[in-house]
Amino acid sequence: MKQKRKLRVLIAKLGLDGHDRGARIVARGFRDAGFEVIYTGVHQTPEQVANAAIQEDVDLVGLSCLSGAHLYLFREVVRQLRERGADNITVIGGGVIPQEDIPKLKEAGIKEIFLPGTPLDEILKWTEENVKPAG
Amino acid sequence: MTMFSDKTLDEARRGMERWREEARKSADRFPEQKLFCTISGLPVEPVYTPENIKDSDFAESIGYPGMYPFTRGCQATGYRGKVWTFRMFSGLGTAEDTNRRWHQLLKEGETGLSTAFDFPTLMGYDSDSPRAVSEVGKCGVAIDTLADFEILTRGIPLDKVTTSMTINPPASVLWAMYLVAAEKQGVSWDKVGGTIQNDMLKEFIAQKTFMCPPEPSIRLISDTIEFGTKYVPRWNTISISGYHMREAGATAVQELAFTLADGIAYVEDVIRRKKLEVDAFAPRLSFFFDAHMDFFEEIAKFRAARRMWAKIMKERFKAKNPRSWWLRFHTQTAGCSLTHQQPYNNIVRTTIEALAAVLGGTQSLHTNSFDEEFALPTEFAATIALRTQQILAEETGVINTIDPLAGSYFVEALTNQIEAEAWKYIEKIDEMGGMLAAIAQGFPQREIANAAYEFKRQVDSQKRVVVGVNKYVAKEETPVEILKIDERVEAEQVKRLREVKRTRDNRKVAQTLRELRRACQGEENVMPYVIEAVRAYATEQEICDVYREVFGEYRDPGFY
Repeated sequence: MKQKRKLRVLIAKLGLDGHDRGARIVARGFRDAGFEVIYTGVHQTPEQVANAAIQEDVDLVGLSCLSGAHLYLFREVVRQLRERGADNITVIGGGVIPQEDIPKLKEAGIKEIFLPGTPLDEILKWTEENVKPAG
Repeated sequence: MTMFSDKTLDEARRGMERWREEARKSADRFPEQKLFCTISGLPVEPVYTPENIKDSDFAESIGYPGMYPFTRGCQATGYRGKVWTFRMFSGLGTAEDTNRRWHQLLKEGETGLSTAFDFPTLMGYDSDSPRAVSEVGKCGVAIDTLADFEILTRGIPLDKVTTSMTINPPASVLWAMYLVAAEKQGVSWDKVGGTIQNDMLKEFIAQKTFMCPPEPSIRLISDTIEFGTKYVPRWNTISISGYHMREAGATAVQELAFTLADGIAYVEDVIRRKKLEVDAFAPRLSFFFDAHMDFFEEIAKFRAARRMWAKIMKERFKAKNPRSWWLRFHTQTAGCSLTHQQPYNNIVRTTIEALAAVLGGTQSLHTNSFDEEFALPTEFAATIALRTQQILAEETGVINTIDPLAGSYFVEALTNQIEAEAWKYIEKIDEMGGMLAAIAQGFPQREIANAAYEFKRQVDSQKRVVVGVNKYVAKEETPVEILKIDERVEAEQVKRLREVKRTRDNRKVAQTLRELRRACQGEENVMPYVIEAVRAYATEQEICDVYREVFGEYRDPGFY
């Protein structure tokens, strides 16, 4: 039987805010669940995140923003991935995101938004059901 | 010398045996539900007696308010002489928007100001920087030049109101703006009072608002401390902060230990670099802690903090001035304890946390608004938060006596326990070569990351209850009104910035920046040069770019 390839995940902190508690916990949750995880550290631009996602050949990008700049920053990452033909990479997000912004983000191609308090298992289950290797 | 006679201790021991027998009997009917420990994981006994604090000496460990080791507070009269400062962290949109909110809060009985800057300002970028897109005025007020600052402080009497500014890498710049704005109001520097946070070590550890590497960052801090010591005697030139480490997931013990270890590093640097006597500057060091949900643990933490810092200053640094021994602190209720779910419950959480801060003897307090899990607070929510403090101060009677929980077997034992655990960390950091070395090795970062992950695991597995999140979950959430920062803010701000750049004397700006660069390259104190640049309406980023060019930029190593 062919062994399933480990999914590769990029967790990215976008923009200028340094609130990385959630992003780091999610990164760790993925790692402990057997994923290959790359964590960008804070203060990333959309361009840096798109580049890293492509270079690292990931299947999933998890974006975090707690500063209120998510509409611009998240959509910009998706746009840049598409521009480079990498729209096979699944993009999800989390952070302080008002309910009314969620449809706008989904419309732009962010597959799911996880709000504060989401159990790690819920994110992992969603990933298992929705993310296929991008390669 | 023990506080209890042998007879009392004997009785306590015998009584304890009888109590155990009783407890066993009722445990048959009501078995204990779970492992009892504080939110930070410290074990808690079912009952405390004199036995638990038999090694404490009243004078040495507890004593009196206003007297060494200050376990019971720095001020001899506690809140009877002066109630803590109601200081609401506040900033939004443009300088006009924030000035309006400040006047509103002062009208409602706030007694001190506290500035929240937006992310571009916090990071040393102007509002027209590509890095600022969509962030201008969102998480606080946007400040680019002195022109903004003059609007921010319009109608605020800077000789009467003290202002705290949560600003770190560009602290020297915003402080310079404050000083020049005061000057323009006709208020001399010896009359202005306030605080700049100016604590970079906790930024590398937790909050991640950084610009230059640790070594030059510390140098800039020592420059501001030296300048304040000489010219702005009522200013707290640093607020050594545990808050952000706690919010990043630290335990109460880690918060306390890492904050004091940071304090030690700053004191050592000023003494070494500036050749100042410890007593010359130590009285203006201030602190900032979190008030989390575990009521008694927090009170014990605050009491332990004062006692430990007094010992550090007196014994380690040989400070002689009693004011150098004081740990004066601001407290903010725990942002990380607020829940997105059923947000009105946050009012209750904040009230309990605020009470812990008050019983722990804070000098100044910010109470979070219930909607801060979503956005900056609305005026409605911010007013409730302010009223929470006013109710505590003026209705409950908790201010009537000083340090009312002193002598509680439990609180004293917990204070001792937290202190003992925190010393272990400080010793370990000393062994590593001090806080800078520990940070370079990722030690505090990893300790906090582990604690944060462990806490999340406990909540996810329901070992730890968070009401409305993992228990008593509502089928449907009640929507709350959220403050929105208008997109016009960014455009308006950029417009004003361009206008300032067009009308100022650009040759003068270039000259002040050249002189600043020279000061940065040498060992001279940068503050006088920053002040001249600010006076010439140099922008925040123009000044910070000099720092970045001379000192380099720090990149997040990305520990997780």
